[in-house]
Order: sequence, then C-alpha cells, then structure tokens
Amino acid sequence: MQVQSMFFKESASKKLNDAVLQKAMKKAKSKFVDGRAASVATIDNWEDIRTHAAALRDRVIANLDAYLIEFEKNAIRRGSVVHWAETAEEANAIIVEIARKNAVKTVTKSKSMVSEEISLNDALEAAGVKVLETDLGEYILQLAKEPPSHIVAPAVHKSKEQVAALFVAHHHKPLLTDISAMTREAREELRAHFLAADMGISGANFVIAETGTTLTVTNEGNADMVTTIPRIHCVITGIEKVIPTLEDFATLIRLLPRSAIGQSIANYLTLTTGVKQANEQEGPEQMHIVLVDAGRTKLLGDDMQSMLRCIRCGACMNHCPVYQNVGGHAYGWVYPGPMGSVLTPTYVGIENAGDLPNAATFCGECQVVCPVKIPLPDLMRKLREKQFDLHLRPFSERFAIQVWAFFVKRPVLYSFASRMGARLAAWMGGREKLIHKLPGIDGWTDGRDMPAPEGKTFKELYRKKYASRKTNP
Amino acid sequence: MKVGLFVTCLVDLVRPNIGFATLKLLEDAGCEVVFPSEQTCCGQPGYNSGARELSQELARKVLAEFKDCDYVVAPSGSCSGQVKIHYVQDLFRDSPDAVERKEFEKLSAKWFELSDFLVNVLKIKSLPAQFSGNVTYHDSCAGLREIGIKQQPRELLAKTGCTLTEMNDAEKCCGFGGTFSIKLGEISTRMADNKCVNIAVTGADAMVGGDLGCLLNIEGRLRRQGDKKTRVYHFAEVLAGMTDSAM
Repeated sequence: MQVQSMFFKESASKKLNDAVLQKAMKKAKSKFVDGRAASVATIDNWEDIRTHAAALRDRVIANLDAYLIEFEKNAIRRGSVVHWAETAEEANAIIVEIARKNAVKTVTKSKSMVSEEISLNDALEAAGVKVLETDLGEYILQLAKEPPSHIVAPAVHKSKEQVAALFVAHHHKPLLTDISAMTREAREELRAHFLAADMGISGANFVIAETGTTLTVTNEGNADMVTTIPRIHCVITGIEKVIPTLEDFATLIRLLPRSAIGQSIANYLTLTTGVKQANEQEGPEQMHIVLVDAGRTKLLGDDMQSMLRCIRCGACMNHCPVYQNVGGHAYGWVYPGPMGSVLTPTYVGIENAGDLPNAATFCGECQVVCPVKIPLPDLMRKLREKQFDLHLRPFSERFAIQVWAFFVKRPVLYSFASRMGARLAAWMGGREKLIHKLPGIDGWTDGRDMPAPEGKTFKELYRKKYASRKTNP
Repeated sequence: MKVGLFVTCLVDLVRPNIGFATLKLLEDAGCEVVFPSEQTCCGQPGYNSGARELSQELARKVLAEFKDCDYVVAPSGSCSGQVKIHYVQDLFRDSPDAVERKEFEKLSAKWFELSDFLVNVLKIKSLPAQFSGNVTYHDSCAGLREIGIKQQPRELLAKTGCTLTEMNDAEKCCGFGGTFSIKLGEISTRMADNKCVNIAVTGADAMVGGDLGCLLNIEGRLRRQGDKKTRVYHFAEVLAGMTDSAM
C-alpha cells in the first residue's frame, strides 16, 4: 500500500470535518468500547490471562527462529509448501509464480492485512489474475476502490447509505435499505465466485508450530470457503504470528475476540493443516504458506521488539481518542491508531511518518486495553527520542525545546524569565483574563483561548509571604 | 513530618493559587512544609518530546532538591507519574549507578499526588472549607492510569458538601497531552470539545480536576465557545476554600 503517512496532519484535518465519517466513528466507538468492557467484565482473571499471553508472545519472539523452523517442519509433514519472503516484492513474486504455474485465473481472498502491506492484489491483477475480496468489509472497499481504515472492521468508516449506493452501482439491483438484506445480496454475489475460484488466499491470525496449522478467525465464514473449496490454498502471514501449541491458541482466543469486538468467541475459527490426504474428501490439493518478514526482523533486539507481540485485535485504536476522532485513513498506511503509530514508522521509515509517534497524548488507554500488554506509549516515546536525536522534527520544535532546556536547568534565570512571562501574558489576557491569540502557539489558540496567568509566579509570592522561612530543606 | 512541596512549573507560572491551596491543605493537616526554591520542572515536556538526556538531567535536579524530605507532594497526577513511574521504570532503570537507582526508587516511594497524600497518608478527617454547588470531575490520564488517582479526589470533594455529578466519559482524555495540544492543535481542540459537551450535559456549575494542563485546555475551549459561566477549578482550590481567588 502506498504510504501517505507524511500527510497525517492535513488528512486528519479533513477527517475532522467529514460528517459521514464522524457519525460512523461515534457509532463504532460505542460498539467496540462498550462491547469490550462488557465482555471483559465477565472474565474474573482477565489480567492474569493478559500477563500470561504477554509472556507467551515474548517467549515466541525471543525464540522466533526455533518456532518458525518447527512450524515449517510440521507444515511440510502435512503436505504444505512453506515459502520465506524477506521483502514485500519477494512475497508478491512467490504468490504470482504459484498462480502462473497453476494457470490460476481467479482468486477468492479472505482478509489479510499483510497482503495490504505488500499490495498483493495489485501484483496479482498485473499478472492477469482476478482477485475477489470475500470479507464483507473488504468486498465493499474493493468495490469502492479504497484501502481499509481498520484492521478488524475495514469499512467501519462507511455509512449504510454509502454501501447501499455502491451495491446498486455494482450489482445492478434495486436500492436496499436493510443491512441484513444487503448482506444477503453480497452473499449471493460472492457464492458463485467461491465455487469457481482456482485459488484461495487467506491471511492467518496465528500459525501453530507443533502442528503446522494455520488459523483464521472470522465472523462471516468466508475463510472456510476460501481455504477449503479451491484446489490451491495460499496463506500469507507475518513471521511473528507463530505460536508454539494449540493450547496457546486456546489462551489467545480468549483475549482476541473479546478485545476486538466484545465477543466471547468469534463465529468461525478456521484451522487448516496441510493438503487433502488420501483418506479425506475435502481440502485443497496444494497448500502454500508464505511467511513474510517485510521489516519484522528489524524489530528483534530493538527497543520496538515488544511490538511483535501484537495479535491484531484493534483494541488500541478503538480506544484511542485520536483515532476515534480522525478515523483510520488519516494514518496513511495499513495500520492505524497507536499500533500503527509504532508500526508504520518502523516498517516504512520514520522520515515518512513523522507525525504518527506524536499523534498521541500518552493518555495510556491503548496500553490498558492491549491484550498482550504492549507498552504503546513508551514505544511512541522511543520513536520521538529517535526523531529528536536524528533532528527529524521541525526546527521550531527543536528550538523551543532547547530554549526551554536552557532555562529549566538554571533556576535563577528561570525565575526571572517566568516572572516576566507571567506578567506579559497576564497583561495580554486583559480584563477577561483570556488570551485569544498567542504567536508561536497558534495550534492552541486557533481553537481555544489561553486562560491568562495570575500575573505573579508562585515562587515570588511565596518568597514575599514567607520571607522568614527557609526555602531549602 | 517534613513535606516537600513541588508546585509544578505550570502552577508556578499560571496559577499560583493552586500552590497556595496545596500549602494550606498540608499545613492545616499539621505538616511541616518546605518549598525548595530552586525547583523548576519535572522534565516531562522534554521527556515526551524525545529529549531523553535532558530529562535525566532534570530528574537528578529534582532528586537533589527533595533529598531531605520525608515526603514530597505535588498538585498534579501527571508530574507525579513522571517522578514515580518514568524516572524509575525508564530513565534510570538501566543506570549503571546502583546507588543512584536506589535514590530514585526512594524518591518514587515518598512522592505523592496531593489527593492521594491527603487520603492515604494523612487520612484527613475534615477540611478547612465547605463548598456548595454542583461539580463534575475530570479524571486526568496520567494520574488515573499511571498512579491510580480515581476515588481520592472524589472522597475529598464529598467532604466539602458539594454535589458531584459524574459526566459521561470522565476518564476520556481532554486532548491536552502537553505539546500535543500545540503540535496537533486541531485534533486536540476536538477532544476538548467532546469533553465540553459531556460537562455541559451534567449541568454542573464547576468542572474540577487535578492537573492544571487539562484545566487550561478545557477552560480555554469552554471560553472560546462562549461559555463564561462554568467555573474550572483544581480540587485543591475547592478543598482549601480558595475558589474566590482563582480566576
């Protein structure tokens, strides 16, 4: 996916004034936030599960090579072919080659964010392969020619009316107003494609080392159709998705749907282990598993390593006050919200996503709801440190910090400067005691007044009032 | 009991009244309060802007200033989080100087946010002032999520006799976020807007909170929208009966 993250500020500004988006975001917030809270409240040892899951993911990441090799061995044992892709280009080339070798003309696809990272659909279309997204949200966006704005609910930014209009334009049927009727129509449209596709492509929420299984969590059942009907099944996923055992999956699945949308369990857990065996009736003749790095190994041994714990539930964005107000597209790449503010600069270069680590108040909600306890604010701060050290923020910002630093380290000068500042700003506040415009902090005063200081600093008032007191302990 | 007062750079510059209210609450409760006059800032603005070494320097300065106090109290959850959590768990976590690390752990343990100190250390029974009126309380993020400030200010406010009407999303960030409020002012303003709506719904006469940054942000947005009526106070001002001298 093309990176637009350098335009975060401008894009966010547009989104703040997009009435349809704003309405959709409000609706989503109550669904995701209240839903999660209610479902988490029914688990009495939620915190223990989080702690366990974080440790489990850490253990995997610390031994990533070993678990991946174990996964590969067991996947091969069950007849799968395992491919390793270091870059996006390599991953695309591998899948295009699989399609070419097998004369694949049509592909049905269940949701995969990694495929968005590498723009897989574009690569396949360029090779003459027709790709159809079958996750309802992704299907809608494919019709609208838009990227997803959320990792779990890709079309969350769209209104019912917008979707209805898209269906009329593409299905050539009468306008519908009822959501379940619209869903039924999409299902009917997709059915024939499910049955006819030469190859199915799915992502994987996890891959399990001990069994060589790939695993997809959906609510629509489309992954079942994609993984079982076509003669070839191709899985594409990030290398960090490996977990040791099926039992570990049992732990993580307690967290994932609850964190994502407040569901105790998802409607479909699709586990696929290898090709159709001699004694089996169903399943693909070929199964390919493409394990993608595309920047992930760069995080190993780095400050950002804990980001690899992520299980892609979307809770951090659902709860983020910045995301809630600007939506996912503003972030300009595949991953929005706090996890995106860490992943995007890390994967596509911090110089291309300079505002993202700064698009946070460090309110800490993301960290509190993260099912695998990723310290997202700390990671964003680490990225800010990198920006500061590499002089990647605007000069004015750096200069302001240097000036501030000069004074706070020198108490006498600081007292003097703050006394002057307090007086000047109090004078600017006038009788109303409000400053309407303050050059240099227009970002504040464009939308808010600045309540004026009282006029004297605490230090000087204290000294006057308690002249006899010692001021140092 | 020697209690060091850390007023915070914002209170010192913008609203000394909060500092004096804090002083009164502590002295009325029998504390011997000292005010190290060299203090400037806990370093958080630099820390959150990525200036790590500078924030370490300021942390050492704070440590030296309050070395001889039994406790340190600050009328801010945000600065308290900086000292109690970030100094220890981040800035000096990997410090090779074990003695210094120990010193920062000690500082963290004796440092308290004001409401937490009044409720959990001093266990105060009565307050100098009564406050009649309908108030609503905004939970500032760092205080709430980093150091668990939630019930303490509410318990204290209840002792003044005021009515507390909880707003929707009281725990939602108001959009201040330090330099965020300037760097991404438009988003910050929208977040403040959402907060103002939730305040208005309560019909409260006053919005009370525990961090001056949030208070300035919320008040600034209220006033810009033409609300000259809703008062905005730090809880220390309410508890000390010093709301008249607040703006």
